[in-house]
Parts: sequence; structure tokens; C-alpha cells
Amino acid sequence: MIWCAAVLPNTNTNSMNRWFSCFLFNIVTPAHIVRLYDRFEALDKEKTGHLRPQDFGAINRLAMNPIGDRIIGAFFSPGQETVDFHSFVRILAHFRPADKKRPKDPSMPEPVNSRTSKLKFAFQLYDQDKDGKISRAELLQVLRSMLEMQVTEEQLESIADRTIQEADLDKDDAISFEEFRKSLEKVNIDHKMSIRFLR
Amino acid sequence: PLRRYASPGIALARSAEEPSATTEDGGESHRHGGGFQMVQWEWSYVQTPYIIAIWILVASVAKILFHFSQRFTTVVPESCMLILLGLVLGGIVLLTSKKQLYQLEPGLFFLFLLPTIVGDAGYFMPARLFFDNLGAILLYAVVGTLWNAFCTGFCLYGVKLLGVIDQKVQAGLMEFLLFGALISAVDPVAVLAVFEEVHVNETLFIIVFGESLLNDAVTVVLYKVYMSFVEVGPENVQTADYFKGVASFLIVSIGGTMVGLIFAALLAFITRFTKKVRIIEPLLVFLMVYLAYLTAELFSLSAILSMTFCGIGCNKYVEANISQKSRTTVKYTMKTLASIAETIIFIFLGISAVDKSKWAWDTGLISCTLIFIFVFRALGVVMQTWVLNWFRLVPLDKIDQVVMSYGGLRGAVAFALVVLLDAERVPAKDYFVATTIIVVFFTVMFQGLTIKPLVNWLKVPRATNRKPTINEEIHERAFDHCLTAVEDIAGLNGYHHWRDKWEQFDKNYLSKLLLRKSVYRKSELWEVYQKINIRDAISVIDQGGNVLTSARLSLPSMASRASFPEVTNVTNYLRENGSGVCLDLQVIDNVPGAKVEEESETHHFLAGNLYKPRRRYQSHYSRHFMTVGDHERQDREIFQRNMKSRMETFKTTRHKRHSHKKDRSQKKAGIPKRNDWISCGGASGVEDEKGEHLEPEKEEDVGITFVARKVPDTPKERPKSGVSEPSMAPPSPTCSERNLPWKGGIGTLPVCVSMEATKIIPIDLQQAWNQSISSLESLASPPGPVEPLHPASAPLQAGRAEEGALSDQEQELQPLMSSSVRPPGPPPPPPLAQGLGRRRNPCVYLRSLVTAPPPGSEPLARSRGPTQL
Repeated sequence: MIWCAAVLPNTNTNSMNRWFSCFLFNIVTPAHIVRLYDRFEALDKEKTGHLRPQDFGAINRLAMNPIGDRIIGAFFSPGQETVDFHSFVRILAHFRPADKKRPKDPSMPEPVNSRTSKLKFAFQLYDQDKDGKISRAELLQVLRSMLEMQVTEEQLESIADRTIQEADLDKDDAISFEEFRKSLEKVNIDHKMSIRFLR
Repeated sequence: PLRRYASPGIALARSAEEPSATTEDGGESHRHGGGFQMVQWEWSYVQTPYIIAIWILVASVAKILFHFSQRFTTVVPESCMLILLGLVLGGIVLLTSKKQLYQLEPGLFFLFLLPTIVGDAGYFMPARLFFDNLGAILLYAVVGTLWNAFCTGFCLYGVKLLGVIDQKVQAGLMEFLLFGALISAVDPVAVLAVFEEVHVNETLFIIVFGESLLNDAVTVVLYKVYMSFVEVGPENVQTADYFKGVASFLIVSIGGTMVGLIFAALLAFITRFTKKVRIIEPLLVFLMVYLAYLTAELFSLSAILSMTFCGIGCNKYVEANISQKSRTTVKYTMKTLASIAETIIFIFLGISAVDKSKWAWDTGLISCTLIFIFVFRALGVVMQTWVLNWFRLVPLDKIDQVVMSYGGLRGAVAFALVVLLDAERVPAKDYFVATTIIVVFFTVMFQGLTIKPLVNWLKVPRATNRKPTINEEIHERAFDHCLTAVEDIAGLNGYHHWRDKWEQFDKNYLSKLLLRKSVYRKSELWEVYQKINIRDAISVIDQGGNVLTSARLSLPSMASRASFPEVTNVTNYLRENGSGVCLDLQVIDNVPGAKVEEESETHHFLAGNLYKPRRRYQSHYSRHFMTVGDHERQDREIFQRNMKSRMETFKTTRHKRHSHKKDRSQKKAGIPKRNDWISCGGASGVEDEKGEHLEPEKEEDVGITFVARKVPDTPKERPKSGVSEPSMAPPSPTCSERNLPWKGGIGTLPVCVSMEATKIIPIDLQQAWNQSISSLESLASPPGPVEPLHPASAPLQAGRAEEGALSDQEQELQPLMSSSVRPPGPPPPPPLAQGLGRRRNPCVYLRSLVTAPPPGSEPLARSRGPTQL
């Protein structure tokens, strides 16, 4: 705790406790925390201890990312305008590679870097209205931003239709999380949704 | 090398064939014997290509024979069998001519055999996987190979000093280091041959295989450096020479890579402009890739690196630029060449071993070499992996390391290099050659044989031979963007950051320069989407399924031209049919076997009997396929006009019948238009070719699938569609294939047909279409209440996949209609058809005329689907 306080002078005790709990859950290592805190401070131009969407928007390359705004949105829980360091780390921890050595403990809550959590994170990037389903319109939006102007609307629609038909098991013209997971069953999510530096 | 290779061939051929054939001397004496010789023995004229061809034939036959027994080939790798065969053949040659005439000539190997394999490997290298693991590959290729080379060399020298190796082996430190350098490189040919059958997971494969390709630079440099050291003598080597060696390594590797990339860019750029001469596209690919190899060799750079990077670099752009047919050609030719080269290499490795001059056996040297290369390989892998795992996202675990150590196979490269040694400068050459042969045989045969059980026993994750679904494609792209964004947010320039930068650069500059405009505008994901659709359709057809029945199928390529309110696809269709991915013929529609047979007979009959002369006249051969002469176009025009006027007269003279229309409406909904092929009255044939009103598709690869359907005759007759057997399109389409509108886009698409034909018709032609439809409908329905009497319908379908066969048919149908000649006397049609066609109705369906079964008709499924364009 002393170490924490030294590293994170700005954080209040409450958020530090929560942060410490996530440390206990072995989500990120101290070295990561230090590194991410530096980054957090660099982003937090006004030194409020909270990041606002426009702070993220200041990252140049993020503006070029077709789904950048969605990812920024993922940092903010509904109704909240800012994100504190704890949530910041917690979101980024999704991209930590799963630790194979750690024994599975059913009593523990599922770590944020588990396969399901990673998938949930990806799913909510699509599911912007948070109704638990990726509707055709939502999928189209993502496709449109990812494909830019290279394709016609008809092509987009046929891709979206096909995607939904392929994944849609209960014929409701939308992809639920369960269907989303099924459609990616064969993909090694841990490889594709992890970043090495968080290891 | 060719000449060297061939010259012993004469001797062999003589010795082998003298008893049965005229000897060369005999031939000459005949020649001088006077007068004109009707038959001459021209062996010396043809011998070189003849011997090469014979060897390739032997290799191919050997391959065929091995694959007779499925159980055998799953246990024993092909490479082992080929080496054994080589040993047997070598034994035969040795027995017959007392001296080994053949061996794996380094020149032949490096200039012809190796490039085919490396070219194939480079061109079809999974680029993303390769670059994802590039760090590991480079580490193993450079550090690992250096480690192996030095350790093996020094240790062999040490063992020699200890006296384990016989004194006869006259070799000093430099010789052993040289030997260590050539024996330590993992061989791409052997790795490919063995790992292809083992199917370990992609990461493991790409690391071992990538290493085997990229270590070439190290091997080449070490080999050259030591050769020069051996030449000047170790005592004369100066410190500067070591630095020169290092510099040489950098030049050889980077230079080779650069040469490869330059050729890749050149190749991609050239294929931008081959639209009019599609036929040379595959040749260009082979040529440039091979030139990359030769150019690197010319400047004594790493040829393998050059070729590999040329393949990797150009693949994306070339594949996008060239036509689908060229893609298939490139793929098959490369695979054929590589496979045959591999076969020849292993056979010749076997043959080379059976040679007295190579039996300079020294147990100490051989056993020490075997032990050292194995031990140092394992040690090296473990140490490097330990280092690597600090940096890798997905660490390589122990099982991977075991497979990687065990998969360090030595092969033909080592053999060719050791044969190249100069016996005067390296007195121990014979011992080295013998040792290399043993090492190669041991690794390829013993390790190759046991690696499969080992992999099974260790439960190494296997590769799945699964193609990604559209969902996976989309989501993985999203993941990539996501990871890039997270790296940006976390403020570090990691792998994803750089990959994204590269993709931006590629999109903004490279692709613009190297891709055709039409291709550049297409989205990659859209291409993937189309590919998946096509794949589905092909798999449906392969399984004997039937893509034409579902009224909601759509041609993916058409979606851009006409927006479908409800675009569906094969996968969906499959799902709805309740059969998941696999589609059974019976599930879709009941297609009685007899009917299929009948139709195929029809086809066969048509193909066999109708208007050959006309066809010959019409078909137009062109080297640069697709050029349509004005002449043919004119003919076509005249023909069309004739047809139109003919139809008009028919329309006025005939009373309209609508009963048929009703039938039609009872059929499956969503089949708006059909193209009905009608032949009217034995004497005057009339056919409506509504297709004529359509313009040919512009894009060569995006074609229309055409289905002709006979007017259904019985009310209960349901629209069915047959599926054509997928077959390769003819190499050079005939002119009518080009001219017929529905043939316009010969190319990629398999039989996957939109039912909503109207949507595809350009709007300005819609009216013409409708008119002719209505006129035709009146014609199509026979004047009498014929429904019950109609024979089983035998419509035609000209699916893309069977263009070849069907275009013939269509060509032959046209003269029939235009010249109003009776079809050449077919044998009496089956009773039903006869009843309808002859007695009741002047309007006879062409098909009923020709349903008489010709002997030996090939089974060719006919479509009963509605007309599609």
C-alpha cells in the first residue's frame, strides 16, 4: 500500500483500494501499473485524475482508427463522462494474455483477461445500444467504418446479411453474445485479443 | 549442369537399350550405308530432354504408386519411400553399368530443382503468419544456425584431437568448421516434405519452415567464408577477414531480400497491365520469381531469401491483379513443379548414395556428427526459446521446443554443398560426403518416420484445415483495429502499431501503384466475402448439391449491380435446408437419377450430333484469348436479327396460349423469368434467345451464369435444377463463348445463380426481355393439352462450371435455329417424347428430340432450374 501511494499520488484512497483489489486479482503487475500511470498522466492534460473523451481524442493515430471512437466509448461506463485510472487499467487489462500457469479457481471471479471477457469487450464494440444483440444496423455501422468508402452500400449490406445469417442461430436477425461466441469458437481469442506488453 | 547431368545418360541409355534397340554405331553405319533412311535412330539429338523427361516420368509414377496404399502413406512419409526407391534405382544402375552415372548435381539442384520448391514456398507463404513470427524465425535462422555451425565444427575438431575420428580424415579446424556450416542448416526441402504430412499447428510450422528458408543467407556466407579461409590457409587469415565475413553476411542477406522485393514490385506492377493478355499472366509470375532467384545468384546474394521475399511480397498484389484462371494456373503449376522437384531430389539423393566413391566411411565422424547436430540443435532451440519467450505474446512451450528440435532436418542443400567441395583443397571431402549422406538419410528417414508418432504422442496442437468464415474475417479485422487502438492509448509503438502503419502505407501508396484501378477500388473484405460465397457454392456442388433450386440464392457478384432486397447466400440456404454445412442432393430437391441420366444423354447427343461444321466455323481460336473479331461479331448480329424477325412472324401467326403461364405461377415463387429453349416443329426450329438482349458482363472475372430451361410440361413438374459437375473451363474459349451474352464473363464464379434474373438485366433492356418472354411463352406452350404427355423435362443449364461442355451444346443449337434445318436424324426419342414431339405438336422441344440415349454418354447433370442470366 505504501508503494501504491508512492506511485499514485493523485488517486484517492477509495479508488486506490479498488485498484489494489485488481492488483490482488493479478490482473496487472506493478510494472504495468507504473507504466500505465505514466501514460495516464500524459493523457490527462488538465491533471484532474480523470480522463475525458476528448483526452483520448487527442491521440492522433486513434483518430485514424476506424473503430477508434468505439474503443474510446468502451472506456466510459454508461452515464459517466470521465474515467479514472482504475477503470483505465481495468479496461486495458482485457488485453492481457491469459495466464496459463495460474490454476483455475472457480471461487474467484472470472479475470478480465479471460476469453469470455475479451469476447464481451469485442462484443460491446459492436453492440452500441447495449441491448445484448448486434443488430443488422449495428453491424453495418461497424462494417462501414472499417471498409470506408471502398464498397458500395449494397455490398456492405450483403456482407452484413451474410454475416448475420452465418452467425444467427435463433433467426432473430441479430447476433446475440452467445451466437457471437459460437461464431468465433475456432478462433484463438487469447492470441488475437492480447497485447504483449501487458504480459 | 544439364549437360553434365545428361552426359552419363548416354552411357546409361546405351548400356540399357543396346540389346533391344539399334545402337548409335549401327545407326551411323546405316546412315552411311547410302540412300534415304526412313527410320533413323536419333538418340544423340533427343537424349538430354529425353532423359530428363524419363526421370520426371519415373518420379511421377513413383509418386502415384506410393499413394496407392492409404494406410502405408499415412505411416511412412513420401520422402522416405523416395529415398528408398532412389537407393534401389541406384543399385540397378550400378549393377548394369558398374559405375554410378547419376547423382544429385549441385548445378541442377541449385538452378532448377531448388527454385521450384522455394518459389512455391515463398509465393504461397502465409504472409501474416510469417510476419507475426518473423522475430522468432530470424532468431532461429541466424543465431541458431550460427550456433549449430560453430558448435558442431569446434566439437568435431575437438573430437578429432581426442582421436575418436580416424587419422585418415585429414581435416583441420577450418575444414571442420566448413563442414559444420554446411551440415548445420535446416533444409527447406526436407522440412517441407516431412512437415506437410505431419500437420503441426501453423505457428510451429512457420517457425521451423521459415527458419529453414531464411538460414540460407547464413549458410551461404559461412560456406563462402570458410571456403576462402581453407583456400588461403587458416594461418593466413587476418582479423579483417572476420569483419569482412560479418559484412558479407549483411550484404548477402539484405541484398538478397532487396532483390526479391524489387522483383516483387516489378512483377506486381507488370501484372497491372495484363488485362488484354491474360494468357501470359502465369508465365510472368514464374518468370519474375525465377529471375529474382537467378539475379540474386548472379550477384552471389542469398537466392533463397530473394525468391522467398519475392513470393511473399508479390503475392497479395499479383493475386489481386491476375484473373481467377491465372490464379488457378499459377497455383497448380507451382505445386506440380514443386512436388515433382521434391520427388526428383529425394530419388536422386537415394541414387547418389549408391556410389563406391562415396563410401568413405568413418564411424567416429559419422556418429559424432549425428550426436552433435542433434544435441546442439536441441540446446540451441531451448536457449533461444528461453530468450524469445520473454518477448513473445504466445510463448513456445516445451512440446513446441521438442518438435522444433526434432524437426531440424538436414537435406539436399547440405548434400549439394558438400558435393561442391573441391577435393584438392579439402582432402577429407569423401568422408564429409559420406557423413552428409548418412546425416541426411538419418534425419529424413528416421526422424521423418518418427516425428508423426512423436507429435501424436506429445499431443501437439494440429493445424486445422479450416477456412475462416465471414464472421471470423470481420471480427478479426475488428480485433486488429482494436489492438492498434489499445496500443495507441497505452502509448507504445508495439507490433500492432507498426502493422497498422504499414497497412496505411500499403493502402495509400503501394496498392495504388501496384494494383489495377478496378481492383484497388474493391475492398479486401468484399473480396473475402465473394471468395467465401464461391467456396460455399463449390462445396455445395462438389457434394452433389444443387444450388439452383433455392429461389433466394443470389449471385454475390451481382449484388453490386442490382440491389437485392433480400440478399441471401449459399450458407444461409444450406442452413435453411437443415443440413448445416453439407448439402445433400436429396435434401434440396428430389432429382430422380433417371432424369439426370436422360439429360446427360441429351447433352451427349447434342454434343455429338449437331452441326459440327457450323461449330467449327464459329469457334475462333486465339492465343490471346478473349479477342473477338469483328467478323464474328457481325455474324452474330446477323444471326440475331434473323432470329428476331423469325420470332416476330411466329408471334403473329400463333395464337397465344396462357395455360402454361398458370403452371408457372404454381411453381416456386421467386422465379420470374426463364429462358426457354424451344425447338419448333421438326422442320423449322425457332428459339428465343433472350440472352441475346443482354450485354456481356464487363469484368472478365465476374460472369453470368446462364441456365436454359425447357418449359415445364406437367403441372406437377417442379422446377428443379441440376448441378453441373465442376470442371475446369476450357483453356481457350471459343468465339461463341465470348459472344453469347451469358458467356460474357467466363471466369471465376462457380455455379451459383441468382433466381432473380430480372434484377440482373440492365434496365434499358428490361423491356425487350419482357417482350420476348411473352412472345416466347405463347410459343412455348404447345397447342394442345399436352401437359400430361410431356416427357420429363430435360432442360439445359449452362453453368459456369461446365462452360466447356455446354458451350458446345449451345453453339450447336444455334445453327439449328437460324438455318431452320431439321436436327440431324436422331434415333427415335423415347416414347413419351415422341408422343409429344411428333404427333401432337409441331412445336417440339429440342430436348425431346434428342433424348435417345447415345452409347457411352457421360454423366452430365443437367439443370432443371429456371432460366438464369
